Amino acid sequence: MHIVVCVKQVPDTKIIKINPKTNTLDRRSAPAILNPYDAHAVQEAVSIREKNGGTISVLSMGPPQATAVIKKSIEIGADRGYLITDRAFAGADTLATSYALSKALEKINKEIPVDMVICGKHAIDGDTGQVGPGIARRMDIPPITNVIEVSEVNLKEKTVLIKRKLSSGYELIQAELPCLLTVEKEINQIEYSPMPNMIKAARYESVIWTVNDFENVDRSQLGLKGSPTIVGKMFTPPRPEGGKKIEGTADEQVKQLMDILMEKKEVLTLQSSKQ
Amino acid sequence: MPEKFDVIVVGAGPAGTSCALVCAQKGLNVLLIERGEYPGSKNVMGGVLYRKQMEELIPEFWKEAPLERPVIEQRFWMMDKESVVQFGYKGLEWGVEPYNNFTVLRAQFDQWFAKKAVEAGALLINETVVTECIVENGKVVGIRTDRPNGEVYADVVVLADGVNSLLSKQLGFHKEFRPDEVALTVMEVINLPKEKINDRFNLEDNQGCTIEIFGDSTKGNLGTAFLYTNKDSLNIGVGTTLSSMIKAKLKPYDLLDYLKTHPMVKPMLAGGESAEYLAHLIPEGGYRSVPKVAGNGVVVVGDAAQLVNAIHREGSNMAMHSGLLAAETVIEAKYRGDFSESSLNLYRQKLYDSFIIKDLEKYKDATHTFENNPQYFKEYVPMMNKAMSKFFTVDGTPKRDKQKEIMKSVTSERGTIKVIQDIYRAWKAVK
Repeated sequence: MHIVVCVKQVPDTKIIKINPKTNTLDRRSAPAILNPYDAHAVQEAVSIREKNGGTISVLSMGPPQATAVIKKSIEIGADRGYLITDRAFAGADTLATSYALSKALEKINKEIPVDMVICGKHAIDGDTGQVGPGIARRMDIPPITNVIEVSEVNLKEKTVLIKRKLSSGYELIQAELPCLLTVEKEINQIEYSPMPNMIKAARYESVIWTVNDFENVDRSQLGLKGSPTIVGKMFTPPRPEGGKKIEGTADEQVKQLMDILMEKKEVLTLQSSKQ
Repeated sequence: MPEKFDVIVVGAGPAGTSCALVCAQKGLNVLLIERGEYPGSKNVMGGVLYRKQMEELIPEFWKEAPLERPVIEQRFWMMDKESVVQFGYKGLEWGVEPYNNFTVLRAQFDQWFAKKAVEAGALLINETVVTECIVENGKVVGIRTDRPNGEVYADVVVLADGVNSLLSKQLGFHKEFRPDEVALTVMEVINLPKEKINDRFNLEDNQGCTIEIFGDSTKGNLGTAFLYTNKDSLNIGVGTTLSSMIKAKLKPYDLLDYLKTHPMVKPMLAGGESAEYLAHLIPEGGYRSVPKVAGNGVVVVGDAAQLVNAIHREGSNMAMHSGLLAAETVIEAKYRGDFSESSLNLYRQKLYDSFIIKDLEKYKDATHTFENNPQYFKEYVPMMNKAMSKFFTVDGTPKRDKQKEIMKSVTSERGTIKVIQDIYRAWKAVK
């Protein structure tokens, strides 16, 4: 089984600063990390490989230093990695990015046929969640988003059983392989990488492709040229107003809280329907 | 089957990285293991990098290393509660190649330095804790990490795991520290615009200044404080031996707050924004605390070998040089195919022939002398301040009378014989 995991290098938004004058991210202030959702995607590929065997490739698009996230993926357990890097890709929005990645996947598919693509739910620097489904659409395979469990992979029947997170509850679906999954964080816990993986990653040199390595590529769909998105405005959302503060003795506080809850019965009914 | 390397270096600080770099340059198969997220993420020093020992490893490093400012001025402050006696040296020759020393921010510098070792061929692994040395038949043959399948083997393990070297303790090279063998230093990086730093310290853009502060900076305890200029930040910190801290019931963070709000210091920091807060132990036991540094299949370098000259605030340069000497030894041992203690003891010999142990030997009694005779910091610094104040206050008293009065007040406060004893003792400790 060949799984390709798409990963992205992002600024660590836990540390990042917002320039208060321009309201834009000060990218220099934050270290670059592997998008946390993508780390879970790699971990899930590792679990699937443990049960079913096969190979895990990781694919990333970004500047040359993005090989760091490929190394990180190798630490988690990926077997090999590809970086597509070229000035022609620069300034890509989600549309152009999914086009470039699908071109790379086409090429990888020729080397070893791809059975499954896994992406993180979204990248923490953009939060759009569009690239995964965009790739699936271009590859003409089913996109399955918000995955919280890969319950079963049937290689004979070429099917997969998957749990998707919904706003209330979950959905269990069967899909055909190849398909594309985008995963939530709760799908797994990132394991502490074994020492041999660490050594392999430290030594690993990614396969690097530029736009010239692709066949039949429409350059007008790449990079800034292929990106219809216009960023109209960026702003820091206003702080939410504080909620109501319940004061008084413990008994009074409980009574007040119960009154509020009883008034908003829908909160309670929603909870019980979930159980 | 666990992998085997020629050399495993534990710790990517100045000592470990130097050793890894030189071994890798000679074509040895090197694994460099760092417990922090990246090299430098857990490393602390006041902030002065010495040119000479760094240059031996990477010629003309100043052309590409992330440095803050070349130090062109070194000031010394003898500080009392509301006054300070200053002296120092400023020379433009330190501001041009090949420079004397530089201020650096370790988080950036160590990362760059480790990258050099990686470019030379060393394998760097971060976020990995080495839990113990694997010992077989009385010989260190590898290390065990906290990771699954965590064993890795090597001909030689270089312990560069810092001041509290658990690994050399495990091997029985070290005893637990006594509180008078280590200093606890706390420091802050304070962001301040470049222009303000230049104005306040009388500097140009590419000029730096260091101030070492004695006396009231440690409330008279054995230790020093420092204030160094980076490009657009200041490093301010203070440290005393643990034993002094315990004796005086001092809390390190209180001491730093005291320093930052001291009337002689406060205006230098005004308007600054605290960016980082760091604390670290510094091995200050000197010559008598240096442990066994070589065993079967193992050598100890840098802070782990207690190689710090507290009097001259030199540590990182000694670390680098010890890493270099260890690397030379390992390369020769590899050539001979002999990694026994007697073979690796060449490192000990190199260390003792170098400036490192010679300097530590010179000051072997200094810490002890100053620790047991608190009058140097507690009494003489205020005395100096009073004397200067008296001498330079214009009040109609003839200068000769003032001199007499000053001498009289010094000898009456401590007694003539004691003053002579103190001078002799101090001279003996640093001669």
